[in-house]
Amino acid sequence: MDRREFLKNCCLFVSSGVLAGALSPDAWAKTIYKDYDPAKHLYGMGIDINRCIGCGRCMQGCKTENDVPTEPYYFRTWVERYVIKTDKSVTIKTISTNLDEPAEAFVEKDMLRSFFVPKLCNQCDHPPCVQVCPVGATYKTIDGVILVDDKRCIGCRYCIQACPYGARYLHPLTRVADKCTFCYHRLVRGLLPVCVEVCPKQARLFGDMKSIASPLGRFTRMNKIHVLKPSLNTDPKVYYANLDGEVN
Amino acid sequence: MKDFLKRLPEQAMRVIAVFVMLAAVLLVAWHFILPLDMKEPALQQMSSTIREANKETKYAGAEVCGPCHEKQHDIKKTGYHRDLSCESCHGPAQKHADNPAEVKPTSPKKRDYCSYCHNYNSSRPTGFPQINPDTHNARKPCITCHNPHDPKPPQTPRHCAACHAQIERTKVASYHAALECTVCHKVPVKHKTSPRSVSPTKPDTREFCGKCHDKVSPRKGVPAVDMTAHGEKYVCWQCHYPHMLGGI
Repeated sequence: MDRREFLKNCCLFVSSGVLAGALSPDAWAKTIYKDYDPAKHLYGMGIDINRCIGCGRCMQGCKTENDVPTEPYYFRTWVERYVIKTDKSVTIKTISTNLDEPAEAFVEKDMLRSFFVPKLCNQCDHPPCVQVCPVGATYKTIDGVILVDDKRCIGCRYCIQACPYGARYLHPLTRVADKCTFCYHRLVRGLLPVCVEVCPKQARLFGDMKSIASPLGRFTRMNKIHVLKPSLNTDPKVYYANLDGEVN
Repeated sequence: MKDFLKRLPEQAMRVIAVFVMLAAVLLVAWHFILPLDMKEPALQQMSSTIREANKETKYAGAEVCGPCHEKQHDIKKTGYHRDLSCESCHGPAQKHADNPAEVKPTSPKKRDYCSYCHNYNSSRPTGFPQINPDTHNARKPCITCHNPHDPKPPQTPRHCAACHAQIERTKVASYHAALECTVCHKVPVKHKTSPRSVSPTKPDTREFCGKCHDKVSPRKGVPAVDMTAHGEKYVCWQCHYPHMLGGI
């Protein structure tokens, strides 16, 4: 190789690197999955408390789909059973998907009202978890889902502390923070999140807020809607219908 | 320039050479060895999103089942389980969809799978069909009487309590325990076969309760009030819940 050739190669090498570096995130976004374009979507979920029967199929399905540890304290989504007694005391218990566990099913003494509340990551528009992450491992995607970069996360648990909804946990095997992703890998394929897919009563609804024909549009139009902890200004994208004032 | 270089001691030249080499190594590492997504946060997030999007799905979604399982699909779409996704009961079936001959999804045949949804639980919404597993044909598999793809009761229910168990349980403890449901509710025959489209009536006037509770025509042992003075403009069930214990 003579000097001329060497210099020419150098120039090519450097300029190609600069070119690749200048590739915009928008161009990368087009490569997420086949012809999926995240800019055309903004996802949200609707939950109708009056429809939830507390069967726990969503919890089971989520654990299977997303390889969540089977132990009963690691959840991406879970269902709480609220029992409000006549003396206004409230007991809250996460339901079990294990049938062998004794069910406290029958009418409890002095019960005033009772219902199930499915919970999951609220995919906040102003997410506290993203704000506190010291390494930028948790972030909001263009289509509004909060994700965790498991290669970047150092497992410091700040986000677990910061989440007002208790939606995160430290994965015992990977030792990084883990949470609901709205089944992002299913969304890009045009499928529903598993919890919505398997819900036998359509207590959970999924939709795209950028689409007029989305079931979520009808849900938010036809119901009185509430979100969890609105005072925190996190602006959740999980909308509840018929939510009781005792739920927090 | 040449003079300047000549005047430099050899040691300095060596140090400069080392620094130039280091700078070159850094430059090469930055441009060609470090992956793009380690340099630019937006690209780092994008690469994490791509990894998330390309995870494999385990639930195939309800749409893929129909084309092959036409018979079950057709039976199911008019029955009570029409909104139920196939994978709610049969479990994750992506592998089966990819390789129908070799991988078979599960098919719950035992009693306990149905009980996830249909065991009586006081927190479940009223009207959702529930049974007491101890008294409802104990130990018999559900599928001997009910076809899970079209789960009709084997015979038309004779008693209201078959579906309205919660009301029945409160009513038996109230003063109205001895009254048949049909004393207050007119039940069209069709309500028993299509319960949601044909509803029974509910009393809609004060005079209806007055038939028993008016002071003018008192019945033996029935608390009687002066219908003109008591409660005035309100209808009776705004204060007295007819099914409730003690009839408060």
